Formats: sequence, structure tokens, C-alpha cells
Amino acid sequence: MSVDLVRVSFTVNGSPYDLELDPRRLLSDALRHDLRLTGTHVGCEHGVCGACTILVDDAPMRSCLIFAVSLDGAAITTTEGLQSSDGGMGPVQRAFHECHALQCGFCTPGFVTTVTAYLRDHPSPSPEDAREAIAGNLCRCTGYQNIVAAVQRAADLVTEGATGACVAPGTEEPT
Amino acid sequence: MTTKMFGERVPRVEDARLVTGNGRFLDDLGHDALEAGFVRSPQAHARIVDIDVTDALDVDGLVAIYTHEDLEGRMGERLPLLIPHPTLTHGRTPYALAKEEVNHVGEAVVMVVATSRYVAEDICDRVRVSYEALPAVVGVEAARAAAHLVHDDVPGNVAAVMVQRTGDADAAVDAAPHRLELDLAIERSASTPLEGKGVLARWDADDRSLLVHTSTQTSTSVRQAIAAKLDLPVDRVEVVTPDVGGGFGVKIVHPWPEEVLVPWAARRLGRPVKWTEDRREHFVSSAHERGQLHEVRVGYDDDGRLLGLSVRFWHDNGAYVPYGLIVPIITSTQLLGPYKPGVYRVEFTSLYTNTVIVTPYRGAGRPQGCFVMERVMDAIAADLGLDRTVVRERNFIRPDEMPYDQGLVFQDGRQLVYDSGDFPASLAKLKALVGWDDFEALREQARGEGRRVGIGLACYVEGTGVGPYEGGHIRVETDGTVVVSTGLTSQGQGHQTMLAQIVADELGVPFERIQVTTGDTRRFKYAVGTFASRTAVMSGSAVALTARTVRQKALSIAAQALEADVEDLEVVDGLVQVKGSGGGSTARIELGTVAVLSNPLRYAFDEAAARATQFAAPADPDTPPVGPGESPGLEGTDYYSPARSTFANGMHAVVVETDPDTAEITILRYCVVHDCGTLVNPMIVEGQIHGGVAQGVGGALYERMEYAPDGQLVNASFMDFLMPYATEVPTIEIDHLVTPSPLNPLGVKGAGEAGVIPGSAAIASAIEDAEGITITSMPISPSQLFELRRAREGRP
Ligand code: FES
Ligand code: FES
Repeated sequence: MSVDLVRVSFTVNGSPYDLELDPRRLLSDALRHDLRLTGTHVGCEHGVCGACTILVDDAPMRSCLIFAVSLDGAAITTTEGLQSSDGGMGPVQRAFHECHALQCGFCTPGFVTTVTAYLRDHPSPSPEDAREAIAGNLCRCTGYQNIVAAVQRAADLVTEGATGACVAPGTEEPT
Repeated sequence: MTTKMFGERVPRVEDARLVTGNGRFLDDLGHDALEAGFVRSPQAHARIVDIDVTDALDVDGLVAIYTHEDLEGRMGERLPLLIPHPTLTHGRTPYALAKEEVNHVGEAVVMVVATSRYVAEDICDRVRVSYEALPAVVGVEAARAAAHLVHDDVPGNVAAVMVQRTGDADAAVDAAPHRLELDLAIERSASTPLEGKGVLARWDADDRSLLVHTSTQTSTSVRQAIAAKLDLPVDRVEVVTPDVGGGFGVKIVHPWPEEVLVPWAARRLGRPVKWTEDRREHFVSSAHERGQLHEVRVGYDDDGRLLGLSVRFWHDNGAYVPYGLIVPIITSTQLLGPYKPGVYRVEFTSLYTNTVIVTPYRGAGRPQGCFVMERVMDAIAADLGLDRTVVRERNFIRPDEMPYDQGLVFQDGRQLVYDSGDFPASLAKLKALVGWDDFEALREQARGEGRRVGIGLACYVEGTGVGPYEGGHIRVETDGTVVVSTGLTSQGQGHQTMLAQIVADELGVPFERIQVTTGDTRRFKYAVGTFASRTAVMSGSAVALTARTVRQKALSIAAQALEADVEDLEVVDGLVQVKGSGGGSTARIELGTVAVLSNPLRYAFDEAAARATQFAAPADPDTPPVGPGESPGLEGTDYYSPARSTFANGMHAVVVETDPDTAEITILRYCVVHDCGTLVNPMIVEGQIHGGVAQGVGGALYERMEYAPDGQLVNASFMDFLMPYATEVPTIEIDHLVTPSPLNPLGVKGAGEAGVIPGSAAIASAIEDAEGITITSMPISPSQLFELRRAREGRP
């Protein structure tokens, strides 16, 4: 048995790639194992957990449900591409750090991409909106409290040269 | 002055690499390794008649196919029974690959190694295994009835029967003025970390050594297990835990079949081999927990004080018992919670079923025990017309009774003696936090709006920080960097941050100069593992003791160099200086320089080293450069081994609303009072509580393993096994009570599991309060609540 490889070109985090892939290769595997961008994680491979969420032309999509060869010409962004220009944490990533919105960090790249896309259209979400915005991603560690806080903190950090600190739900004072 | 780090909300050092995509989880490694796939049993109970690989042989990329027949020597023997117990009279463990018989859906039968996982799965699809079906035993009732046997040589499906008693509890119940009997059930759930298991093994044929990465909670013990199975000297095997995407108990079990098969295949093939578990494999071939049936008899006086408590329960241990009886032992002991039970007797039967094995999941038997005891408390309150908090208060162990001996043997083989806690104070805090005394007004108001609300609470005590030991190693580098390692592993708890906070204070060095490694046997060989909320207690204490030793060593070397008395010196911000000199004096020396001086050298391999060579260092020419009892290097190793466990405790209160029409259950408030002793990092502790509560909510309202009678797990995906999303977890309000443990140098008690323990108990209590229907089984779905309402109304 041998397979006919299919040629596909797309950009990932701004870098162009020209690949020859088995047509059944999942985008999650192509990113992780062919391009070795292992920031995108795979928690279920059936589209439910959201850990594999990446941005395709700025829209969040589940890379475990996409064949890589179907994305010819697309611009893909992963959590690696959401760092700051100096290679440090980008604003959404920093918000997750400041708010203690991650523990094991396995789900985090999928949240970071999801929240990045969400904030582009909803720059100042209420706590209820923030909770709804992340309600398609599973996290088994954090109980989501601090992720909700991080969405709001990220909104601050994205829109302005923010000051202040993270405010977690259920607490009065900044944490 | 060095800023004190212990007790501070220090942001985590782990985060930067994890949020930017630079973490290194198991499947982020070994991109060029061969990959393994497994043919797993589709049947719950069957004899293997034939394995035919003919169709698989012409697949491009096939490297090897293995069945049990290929496993030589100890590889072909059963996997170890990790925790034997005298009452575990019929302990059975699986083979790495099934031999002749399969005992649950998902059991590994054939191992395939190929050039990629895609190809490995193609090959698995072409391997034909024929089975002769045997009757499947599914669920506690079927196991107990024993119409069929899981293992032919285990009569009644009984792995173990264990009894503990403090006296004749049934006589005490019989003699009590009030008595109640309750039947209580909890269903199966599972740890379900977002990252499954995974193993990568590299065999170095020249060095005859193995380097194994595995997503485990215990690298040191996996190392021993692999060495034993592969018949290798243990110093030819190193096991490294990379970043781990959650564990919650399931990854403490070892060696998993794949943990020995992958290294075995790597050696046999002379090439790196990797296996990454997928989600379905995790559901059907890892481990579950929680499934138990309980029968309770309780006797009490007119005030609601317990006089006798007699509990029998049946524990579904699944197809095999590699982890022994830890879960039911914990239920049977921790059931007592913060209460004095009067005379107590507990008897449990651990039963085989043709389902996935049962091993600890966060809480490890405590959620069931807490559910039982708290249901008893509520039942007594209802029977006597007392407030539920009053009944609890009357049965509490008082602070002046600490340490309190419950008269039982705990999971560590030691006496169950509570070290600390102030239960009345915790309850007072909880009542204030949730507004317990004002709730009736809220209920009335809600009723006026046509809404139904209820309040509930649950209390627990959690044995934490179990032994036998952990250790720490600390080395100060010549540039002042402090390198810390401990053998136990991390799965996201922030150990690198928490342990660095402890070392910073104890050693007197800036937090930023400290680097912590966990779970790497190349760095630390002796450890037990991460479970039972033990890291802060065990490794925290171990690195604190080690830091004290290294500090002492630094002081005595510096004393010589500075020609000062050790007693006059202190370490502040990485500098050894004369006490109170405020850093102004010239009589100070950097820890890095002390590290240089600690290691008298012959060869100057760098500038720092040049200062320690024989013609540079000011040493007494008449004494040996390394004196008796001394050792070169500014480093030290120490261990912490407590006589007994610490006991954390807590109480949760929940307000729920139940929809009068749809029976949908909504949590309106979730309040936590938590006592884990002193807090190293309150931010991390609160994160642990949040995660635990979310799992508690999941276990109470959503998660269950749905086994069909033939042993098929019909909801083995995230589509059908309902883990809570953000919309299902309420806002969690937390208050802390700190009663330090007298047992360890830090006063800590451990916090990892606490949040999950009272979830089902507290939520059941609140639903019962809202509905006026007795809740005896958890989890509960809206449909089940709806059926309970219909039953109450006498409708079929
Ligand atoms: S891995 Fe893609 S949604 Fe879970
Ligand atoms: S941080 Fe572990 S799954 Fe979200």
C-alpha cells in the first residue's frame, strides 16, 4: 500500500510552508509532528475538548477535525504565534499567567487562541460573556474560575497599555 | 532584606513556557520514533481463540506485531500487585498483553509497531482476533450475586473482605434510643486528565541503557518496575517525567502495560518507540473509580449524638486489582470525617467485574465516605427535627481533643490519628460565608417567585501527606544559581514555584535564582510519587530540611573565608554576611563564591574555578582540603519521613435551585472553608480547590461511566461522558482557616484533593433540602430527579 501525497501551501504564524502530505493527515498532526509546533495539543481528537483550537484566517477552528491538505492558501495561527514580538508572553498569554488561569497547561493553547479571536469582536466582555466565550473548551484542572478572570484581564491588556491586576471571581481583592 | 516568599501569591514560574506553546509533553517528544498501536479487546469477557495477522503483513511501514507469546521471561508474567494486603486473598493483575483470556473491553491483546501511528492503526484494523465469548459480570450487584465469575479461581468474585472495628457497633446501635438504616450508592467516574498516558523509550545498544519518558505520577517506581520486567540493572534505566497534562490519580498506577511494552520493544528493535494514548483508549484501558454500594446502620441519642455506626459496603474493583485495596481502605477510615462515631464497625468487600480497573481518582474513596457520613448526619437531623449544622456540631471532635485517635488503621498502615483542626471554628466560618442562618428568608422569597431553592453542607477530613518519605537535593552553582530537585512528579500543581518559595526563605536566596526539577530519576533516584495531597508536606519538608543543611555548610565555609564566627553570619539575598551589617560591610561573600571555595580544585576549567585551585585558594597547608565528614561542593541531600499522615479538613456549603417543571439542577452558590494548615502559596491552593470543586460538581451532576450489561462502555468519549465546561461550574467562594500541623517543619497539611471530596454530599444535601425528597444515590441527573418526584407522587 502506498499513498499519493498531496501538495499544500499555507502560512503558520506568518511563515510560509509548502508540504506534501498524506491526504488523511490531520492538521493537528501536521502542525505538531511535521512542523514541530507542539504548542497545539490534542485532548480528544473528536472535536469536543478544544485543546487543539487554532486560528484559520483569524477564526477559531479545531485542528483535530481538519485535514491539513484542505487548507491550501490559509493563514494559520497557533499559540506560538501569539507571543509578544520579543518572544515573551503575548497579552492573552500574560493574562492567563497573571490570573493563574492554568495548571497543567495542556488545555491552555486552545483557550489562548479561542480568547484571542473572541476579544477581537468583543473587546470588553462582562464576566457572564467571558464565561460563555470559553464554554466550548474543556479544562480538567482549574475549575475555570481564573480562566474567566483571565478573559477579562486579557481584554484590558489587549486594548490598552493596561495597569491594574487580575480580579478573580469570588474574591474581593486583586489576586 | 530578602522578601519572604512563604505564604505569598507568587506567580508561577511554570507558566511562561506553557502559555507560549513551549511546554514539553510526552507526545511533543520523539517525533522520529516508531509508534505503537494496540489491538484491544472488543469483548468484556472472552477466551482468545486465535490471532491471525496475515492481512496485516503487507502494510507499508509495518515494523513488528507482538502477542503474549512473544513476551519472554518476566515480560510474559503478570504485572505486579503494587500494594499487597493480608486481606487481599485473591489479588489478580493483568498481563502486559492478554494471555488466553480478556477481562474487560479495552484490554490490550496485540501490540503493533510501525513507522507512524496512522500506519499502526491501519495494521491493528487488519489483525483478526477470534474470541469465544464468556458471560460478562458488570456492576456491583452482578458481582455480588456471582452467577458468573470474572476469574475462574476467585470464588464469589471476592478479591478481599476487610473488617475494622472499635467495638461491638451493632450492639451499640441496637441499644440506642434512635436508629436509622440507609442504603447509599455512588456511581463510577474517572480522573480524565486532558492529556492521556504516553511512553517514549530509547535504547542505547552501546551503553546498554534505557531512557524512558512517561506521563506518570511516579517516575522512580516506574524505573524500578521497568528494570525488573526487562531484567536490567536498575542503573541502566532512567525515567523522566516531562510536562504532564494532569493526573488526578490515574497516572500513579504503574507500570501500565504500555510502560513496559514500549521500552521492551525499543530494546528489541534497537530503535526509539513511542505510544500516545488516545481518548477512547483512555476511557477503556486506563482506570475508573467511585463505584460503591453502602449499607449503614446508625444509633444516636436524643441530641443526635452518634452512639454506634455500622457500615458495610461493596467496592467494584474492576477486572484486576494492581493498586490493591487503597480506595476502599480510605473510604472505610475517612468516612468518619470530623466526627466521633461512637462505636464503629466497617466491613467492605472488594469485587471483580468485567470492567476497567478501579484505582484512586482525586479524593480516592473519600467522596464516597463523605457522602455516606454526611447523608447520615442529614438523616439524623431530619429524624429529630434539628438543624443540620447543630447535629454536626454536636458530633465534632473538639480542638482540645487533638491529636485524636480514631482507633483504626489508615491507608499508610499507621494509626488513624488526626493531628490538628478546629471543626467548630470552620463551621462558624462556613455558616457566615454562605449565610446559613438567613437562608429561610431567601427560601421564602424564592417561593414567592415560584422558585425552588435549597441549601446543603458537607464536612470532611482528609489524611494527606502520607509517607513513607520524600527527599530533596540542593546544589549551589558557582554563579549562585540554586539547583533543586526532588523525586516526585508534577502534573500541573505548580511544584516548581511552591518548592522554590520554600527554598528561597530557608536558604536566603532570591526566588529567581532557584531552578526546581521534579520527577527525573537522573537527578533524584529515591522517591515515592505524587498522590494523596502529599507534595507540600513531603517534598516541601524535604527541601526545607535540605536547604537548612546547605545553609549550614555555606555558613561554615564562609566563616573560614571571612574569619568570622558561624553564629555571627546570616544568608541574605544570596550573600553571606555578618548579621545586622545591612550589607554595608565588606565582610560578605556571595553564595556562588562559597560554592567555588567548597570544591578545592586542581584544574581551572573556568574563571570561577581558578579561584579554588591549589595555588589560588587561601587554605591551611597542614589540614586536608576536604576534612573528615566534609564533602566537596556546596550541596546537600536530605529526606523527610513522618511517623504519620497529616490531616487537612474542610466544609462546603451549596445553594441549589431546582426547576419545578424540568427538574434541572442549578448551583447558585458554592462556598468552601478549607484548612490545609499553613499555605505556601494561597493562589496555588485556591486553584487546587477550584479544580477539585469542578470535579466534585461533575461527579455530583454529570459524570458517570455508562456500562451496558454486556460490558460495553457506551459513553467512552467526551461527547457522551459529560465533563463540566465553564458554564457548569459555579463561582466558588473560599475562606481559609489555618491550623498548622504539628508534624512537619512547615506546618503544612496538603491541598491537592480537598476540593472534590464533599461535592456529592453537599449537593445531595441541597437538592434534598430543595425538594423534600431523600437523596440516596449520586450522581443525579434532571431525569432521575424527575423520576424521584413522580415516585413521591405515587405515579409510575
Ligand atoms: S483535540 Fe480537537 S477538540 Fe479535542
Ligand atoms: S490546566 Fe490542565 S487541563 Fe486546563
